[in-house]
This record gives sequence, structure tokens and C-alpha cells, in this order.
Amino acid sequence: MSDLRAAVAAGVMGADEAYQALLQATVEVARAIFRAKASSVFLLDEETDELVFEAVAGEGADSLVGKRFPSSTGVAGWVLVTRQPLVVDDLTKDTRFSREAAESTGYVPRGLMAVPLLADERALGVLEVLDRPEGERFTLREMDLLGLFGNQAAIALELLQRARRARAALDGEGELARFAARLEQASDETRAAGLELLRSLEKLLA
Amino acid sequence: MSLLAHEGDEELPAWSLPASAGASIRLPSAWPARLTREWAWGGATGAGVRVCVLDSGIELDHPLVGEVQRSVAVTKTGDEIVIADDTEGDLCGHGTACAGIIRSLAPECELTSVRVLGAGYTGSAAVLLAGLEWAIEQGFHIVNMSLSTTKKQYVDRLHELADAAYFKRMMLIASAHNMPVESFPWRFAAVVSVGSHEEDDPWTIYANPRPPVEFFARGLNVEIAWLGGETITATGNSFATPHVTGLCALILSKHPGLTPFQLKSVLHLTASNVE
Repeated sequence: MSDLRAAVAAGVMGADEAYQALLQATVEVARAIFRAKASSVFLLDEETDELVFEAVAGEGADSLVGKRFPSSTGVAGWVLVTRQPLVVDDLTKDTRFSREAAESTGYVPRGLMAVPLLADERALGVLEVLDRPEGERFTLREMDLLGLFGNQAAIALELLQRARRARAALDGEGELARFAARLEQASDETRAAGLELLRSLEKLLA
Repeated sequence: MSLLAHEGDEELPAWSLPASAGASIRLPSAWPARLTREWAWGGATGAGVRVCVLDSGIELDHPLVGEVQRSVAVTKTGDEIVIADDTEGDLCGHGTACAGIIRSLAPECELTSVRVLGAGYTGSAAVLLAGLEWAIEQGFHIVNMSLSTTKKQYVDRLHELADAAYFKRMMLIASAHNMPVESFPWRFAAVVSVGSHEEDDPWTIYANPRPPVEFFARGLNVEIAWLGGETITATGNSFATPHVTGLCALILSKHPGLTPFQLKSVLHLTASNVE
């Protein structure tokens, strides 16, 4: 392994675990602040157009991570496509929703709050908080608080995605890894030219 | 009484005003000394006003929605965008909720559904734009947009469309974001942007002295129409927005031909915090 590749790998190694932990901490805090039964973050998988459970606190924490469903279904889907935070109560009245929820998560919430996770112009996923204490009046201040949490979760989610992309590039002799290895082995002159090319490419992509 | 500006001279663009031509474009003014809610929409039903709900579709035969004049769906396959009549109703419930609120305020307005949401996340911004473009061609009086996009590549076109609607006397009413992100079209001056207040009265609106959110309407614990003929309680700017849409439908049915500028002024002058 080249020095350059080793340096890149060191930056990436463990990064996704760390960001995953940050995301987990975010849902734990969201659940505690809103005194809710559960909280989860969904990541949008653009390739398959699906939402994937990425971190779960409380109800479903052991079984839901990794489960996926179409990106425009359910309340999470609404929130993703409209980019609008949303709170709904009395969900158990909706038999279709209850059945779908029960089938996919094994848990039917009474009510939920959901906020889109946005980073610049991209929608990365959705943060949900399920079943706040019964009979407690909801206020718009909590909606704003949820938005702030969403912002934090979006940052964690974006970092996680970046770390995964970097790792994928390094894994299995991907193009970037091969490039780094060749650069390392090249003569000073070729290496300087290669780096110059890389800078031009960077400029082009900026 | 109508506040309709000059009509007719469609052939010539009005780029300038010749000397002493002021009299030829005299505009009747019906503003009372103190504009009241009674003047603005008292006795109005929304009859004759064509409202478009740009959303996830509208469930047909929902008791809170009633008749839907027409439903179309915008879909994208590859690079091709298709707009066709739609019989699937509402794919997720959001559009039905908005339509029900509009109907509750303006029982006799005409509702048209343009489905731009619900068929997946990918390509949704392009579909939204195509739907809005179609709505503008159709010349609706009001377009309810309880949604927004963050895609910067579409902002210029969206801006052009919002201005085109404005000059066609169409009012776009869009949900604001209560999050620290840049999203559109609610930030454009040519649209009415709506956030939520916490009161229960569907007729109460507040004019915000600190835009870009221009008005606050009922958005907390609102009973909304839900799929399967049900109702449910929900909170969000998505539901504040159709309250303003319904109100605008009433105002336009009583005062046809108001420009968006005038309509926004009526909203402002009848807001609960404007004395």
C-alpha cells in the first residue's frame, strides 16, 4: 500500500462508524427531548429510490436498521417529497397506514413528527419522532426544535455518506486507490504532472 | 364590485406611457376608507374561482373535498415528461388534505388536481416544474403549492414561472420553510408565502412584518382529510397554506380580476394584526 493511499485510508478508516454513532446519538437525544417512544433517521437511497432505516432509538432499535421502503410512501415519503416538516396524530385510525407500518416495522405509532434532512440542495433523508406522551399539547416551538434537530442529523448523515463513498473508492482496488498507487510509484516529474492533472480535475468538478 | 384593471389592448405591449395618456388607463378603485373582512369576502363562496392543487393528487369522492373538476398526473420516464388525465386519485394523502382545507373555506370554488408528487423522489423537481408550467398555461386563478424544492438548477426557471403567473393574474400560494435551508418558490416576491400560527380559528391570518414569510395561517392541530374518506389531525405549514388559498378564492369570487398585487394587499389589510 502506498503512503498516499495509507494517508487517505487513515482518514476514512473508522469515519463511518464515528458518523453512525453521531447519528445514533442524534436520534437518542431527539427521543429524550420529545419524551417519545422512538426516533429514527431514514437515509434516501437515490439509486433504488428507497428510504432506509439508518439509526433507530427506542422501539424497533434492534430490528429496523437496514430495512427499506419506497421513497414516496408513508408520512416519511410525504416529508421527503414536499420538503415540509409534518406532525400527524390519530394514525391508528388509518387502517392502511397501520397495516403497512405493522408489516414493515412491527410497531404501529399513534402519532409522529417528521422533518426532511436537507443539506444544501439535496434531500438526504427524514428524521422521525414517534409517539410523544399522550395528551400533551403540541406547539410550533417543538416544530422549530424538530427542524433544528433535523439540521444536525442532516450534517451527520452527509458526513456518513461521504465516508462511505470514500471507503467504497478505496475498497476493492477502486479507481482512486489505483490512481494513488500509480502516483506513489511514479518518477518525480510524472508525479508532479499527475498532481497537476488532479488539480485541474478538481477545478473542473468544483 | 370589480377592481379589474384595463382590458382589451392586448395587441400592443405596454412598455411606456405616452404623454397625457394617463386618462386612457384609468383604473377604477373600489378600496373603501377602511377595508373590512365583510367587504373583502363577506357572503362569498368561492364560486367561479378556479383553484389548482399542485400536490400528490386528490382522492375522489372524499366527503371533505367534494367535486374535483379535473385530475391530471405529471410523470417522468427517462427524460420524457408526460402530462395526462389521472384516475388514481391521491398516492399519499397530502393533496387530499390541502384540497379539503380549501373546500372548507371556499365551498363552491372549482378544484383541479395536478399530481406532481408521490411517484418517487427521483426527478421530482423536474416534474414539479412541468406541473406548474401546465397550470400556468391553463390560467387557473390560484395555485396551491404546499411544497418546495431545494434544487438550485431549477430556481431560475421556477422564478420565471412565478413571474409569468404573477403577470397572468394568477396567485401562487406556497408553504414557507421553518428550517435553516434555502428552498423555493416560497421565497419569491411574486408568490404569497405562508407559515403557521398556533390559533384554532381558520379565518385568522397574520401579516408578518419580517418577511420572507409573508403570512401566518392556521397550521397547528388541523383536522385534515385523509385517504379512505377519513380525517386525521396534523400540523405543518403544508396545512396553513391552503387556508390562505381558500381565503383568496373567496376574495376573488367576490372581486374578480384582482391582480396578485391587489389580492396580497387585501390579505394584508384584513390580517388580524393590521390595524
